[in-house]
Amino acid sequence: MKKWIPWLVAAVFAGWFAAGTITPKAGEGFDLAGFGRLPVLLNGRVQPFDSVARNALLSMSGRSTTRSAEGKTISATQWLLETMTNPTLADQRKIFRVQHPDLQGLLGADKSGLLYYSWKDLSGCLDTLEEQAAKLQAAESREGEDAAKLRTPFQKDLLHLYDSAALYNRLRQNFALDSSYAYVMAVPPLPGAPRQAWSAVAAAAARGPHPALEFFRAMSIAYQQNDPASFNRAVAGYRGWMQENNLAAELSKGGQEFFFNQIEPFYKSMVIYVAAVILGCVFWINLSEPVRRTGFALLVVAFLIHTVGLGFRMYLEGRPPVTNLYSSAIFIGWGAAALGLVLERIFKGGIGLVASGLIGFSTLIIAHHLALSGDTMEMLRAVLDTNLWLATHVVVITLGYASMFVAGLLAAIYIVRGFFTRGLSTETARGLARMVYGIVCFATLTSFAGTILGGIWADQSWGRFWGWDPKENGALLIVLWNAMILHARWGGVIKERGLMAMAVFGNIVTSFSWFGVNMLGVGLHAYGFMDKALFWLIAFDVSQAVLIAAALAPTRFWASFNRAPASPQSAG
Amino acid sequence: MITRFVHFFGSLRLTLVCLGLALVLVFAGTLAQVHLGLYVVQSEFFRSFFIYWKPAGTHWQIPIFPGGWLIGTALLMNLLAAHIVRFHFSRRKLGLLIVHAGLLLLLGGFFISEILQVESQMRLEIGETKSYAEDSRRNELVVIDVTDPDRDNVVAVPESRLEQGGEIRPEGLPFSLRVKRYLPNSQPAGPMSGAGEKIKAANGVGQRMLFSPAPVVSRMDDENKPAAWIEIAAGQEVIGNWTVSTWLTKRPWCIALTEQFGALGIAVNAPQSFTWRGRNYVIALRPTRYYKPYTITLLEFKHDVYAGTDVPSNFSSKVHLRDPARGEDRDVVIRMNSPLRYGGETYYQASFEPGDRVSILQVVHNPAAMVPYVSCSLIIVGLMAQFFTHLLAFVRRRARPPAPASARLRPLVHAELMNDA
Repeated sequence: MKKWIPWLVAAVFAGWFAAGTITPKAGEGFDLAGFGRLPVLLNGRVQPFDSVARNALLSMSGRSTTRSAEGKTISATQWLLETMTNPTLADQRKIFRVQHPDLQGLLGADKSGLLYYSWKDLSGCLDTLEEQAAKLQAAESREGEDAAKLRTPFQKDLLHLYDSAALYNRLRQNFALDSSYAYVMAVPPLPGAPRQAWSAVAAAAARGPHPALEFFRAMSIAYQQNDPASFNRAVAGYRGWMQENNLAAELSKGGQEFFFNQIEPFYKSMVIYVAAVILGCVFWINLSEPVRRTGFALLVVAFLIHTVGLGFRMYLEGRPPVTNLYSSAIFIGWGAAALGLVLERIFKGGIGLVASGLIGFSTLIIAHHLALSGDTMEMLRAVLDTNLWLATHVVVITLGYASMFVAGLLAAIYIVRGFFTRGLSTETARGLARMVYGIVCFATLTSFAGTILGGIWADQSWGRFWGWDPKENGALLIVLWNAMILHARWGGVIKERGLMAMAVFGNIVTSFSWFGVNMLGVGLHAYGFMDKALFWLIAFDVSQAVLIAAALAPTRFWASFNRAPASPQSAG
Repeated sequence: MITRFVHFFGSLRLTLVCLGLALVLVFAGTLAQVHLGLYVVQSEFFRSFFIYWKPAGTHWQIPIFPGGWLIGTALLMNLLAAHIVRFHFSRRKLGLLIVHAGLLLLLGGFFISEILQVESQMRLEIGETKSYAEDSRRNELVVIDVTDPDRDNVVAVPESRLEQGGEIRPEGLPFSLRVKRYLPNSQPAGPMSGAGEKIKAANGVGQRMLFSPAPVVSRMDDENKPAAWIEIAAGQEVIGNWTVSTWLTKRPWCIALTEQFGALGIAVNAPQSFTWRGRNYVIALRPTRYYKPYTITLLEFKHDVYAGTDVPSNFSSKVHLRDPARGEDRDVVIRMNSPLRYGGETYYQASFEPGDRVSILQVVHNPAAMVPYVSCSLIIVGLMAQFFTHLLAFVRRRARPPAPASARLRPLVHAELMNDA
């Protein structure tokens, strides 16, 4: 029986993921899935209405669904459909997130906390909002480009709300025939026109009749009049028309991306990673082998789902795995999980399990927050538009980050277990030291190769092998730090605990290189400036500093090595 | 004595100290870019022997931290000395040997690049043909003999010479140039402007177009616009004095100036010319030019964006390359990540001007351009060799039954390798 437990648990979680791949049948109701799959053009790429809806809703409210007044969940697609066809209803949905108490006061709230407002709630103070935003923008344009980096939390929240309101207003006019503010280009090119020649509804209407306009009108009316049969006929009719008019590729792209949104691979693998980490920790307490094996099986399931998500994204984008900060987080998690799996397979101490589960989980959380800023499959600017360098430099350097984090986390496990608990045996300690050393070697290889490949790319694209750009410097810092760890180890300057302290400091160096330099807001690589993350970065670095301090404390303060006299090799 | 010296330079502790200092330097140099800008950081942190602290109000320069040159040199010597002192060849160390040889080459090539690399820009309007590129930071004072309609005779003085002031007697000119005033950065002032120091010349545009000093800027995107007041004299005879400035010669400054002052009837970008003893001359302060033995003509410039956005998807310039001496006469497309390499120089698609009629190519001359490629291949091969030898050894060890504890407690292979001096 015990032998089957790991498989059973893994099968339950795998089944949970598999269940998500089945689209519910529309039956009597509106065929929302059919509508969600319909392709439109936005941000220079063809994507389904579902992606438009999710990204818009995420950026406004921080969530990918909303709720009706009665508390019923409304999917992003349904919300978008409502917004476009039935504004009276949509205007009552509480989708605008306002965090800052002063802004809540400005909007006339009578309580504080995280509040959601509807368009209707905002309608009384739109003028105030616009006026405040205009004042801020005018002040910033006088101050120069740096002013935007110095916004106060209130100003940020104000502008976020202003942008959300503007976005909502544009979404409302997607199907309007007489507006030039439509957000998406919903009308596909007619046969014979260039593939990219999509247009907004109003622009198409101004040019003359277009079959798509008729279908959209039918959908709008049917949805407003609560007539599912006509709505579903219009959706099916539109799909048929696209099929026949050389738009089959776009149609299937919409369907695939809809499917990808629906299966939520990163969310689900995140949950399973957590379960695996919990089992790993339980194993450390009760040393029950079935628990460890169950954890390992879950880690495999999570890793496979993670891989499916990563692969699917690559397929949809037609790109190597890392194209922006969001996908770098996904890939770091994936690389770390792969390393952890290998370690766990070899050493079987639950360490690889906990390490890779934790990194997989944290990087996916980071990715989730990065996704709040909009479309994660955005088109690449001209200089990045090269699959060769994205596939080599970016992938290798990101693997370097991943391995640095794995080494750092293993070292953190060593320190936490050794300093705070009595559970770290000399044998385990030695095993951990060997893992950390091996991974630091691997990290040296990948960071160095990645940095060099970046230099070659830079030489290819702007004629400088090295320009002391912040992101380049960040990569160099990792290489230098690795070189220091290895030389210190070889020279006998550090032993086990010194190695651990240095590996943990590697976390600080890597987090600076990955996130910190983007926060400086200078240089050619500053593609992802965000300051909300600054707090978390500092918190992370402080926590690592605490671990380093613990690692450097003499062994008599350690809980683990004092039971029996430590062997001379393990005391640093 | 020499042995001790070599041992000091070959010590692993020196490696660690240098790497640590480099780490701090790179980190500080990255943070400093926020306030100082990339260009200043490059010259003060990385291309220097020391970082100096200059107390305000004094001329003191107190070295407070080693700069990039010093650390780099120390690492280079350390690397060499370490191999002289203690490296014994063996198959197991082959990977490390290759890595360090590659590093040596990389550092060496890097020094050469830093010293010899010249970057300039070629700005081409569609249809325009040029045989020179312009430096985006350095400027030169030129006096051009334009008497012969077929051939200009250019005499150039670098801007750095103007900084020293005094009298300049360039070879090839029958008169001398006296720097009456030099402003490293300047701002234009119209004829009606108020008080404050200004330079006003007796001849040329400078009679009505005045310039006053401006604070020197150092950020990467900012640019100093120097101005100078030059008197030309042959012995005792004063020929005249002129104001020269990149405000008058360099885009887009001269365009901005024309917009501002053109209405007053000041011909901002007209050449300032004079005649002396039957020969005609033009005087100007302009970006330093690097002439090539071939010409480049811009045929077409493309700036594509993704549908429905203004995100660029591609920039490319179609140019015609003509080099009669070498029989080259062909069209080339230069695009992002795909430069043109010709005559020891590399042309990159760098920028463009609004309206998509002007393409700006970055021209890089770097005799050591191939060094990083070679050294990096070496290092990566070495690292991989080392990594996989160890991985293999590790896998083999695991395949065998566990060795007695005493054997497993052996220090790492590397420790022997670096300490067997």
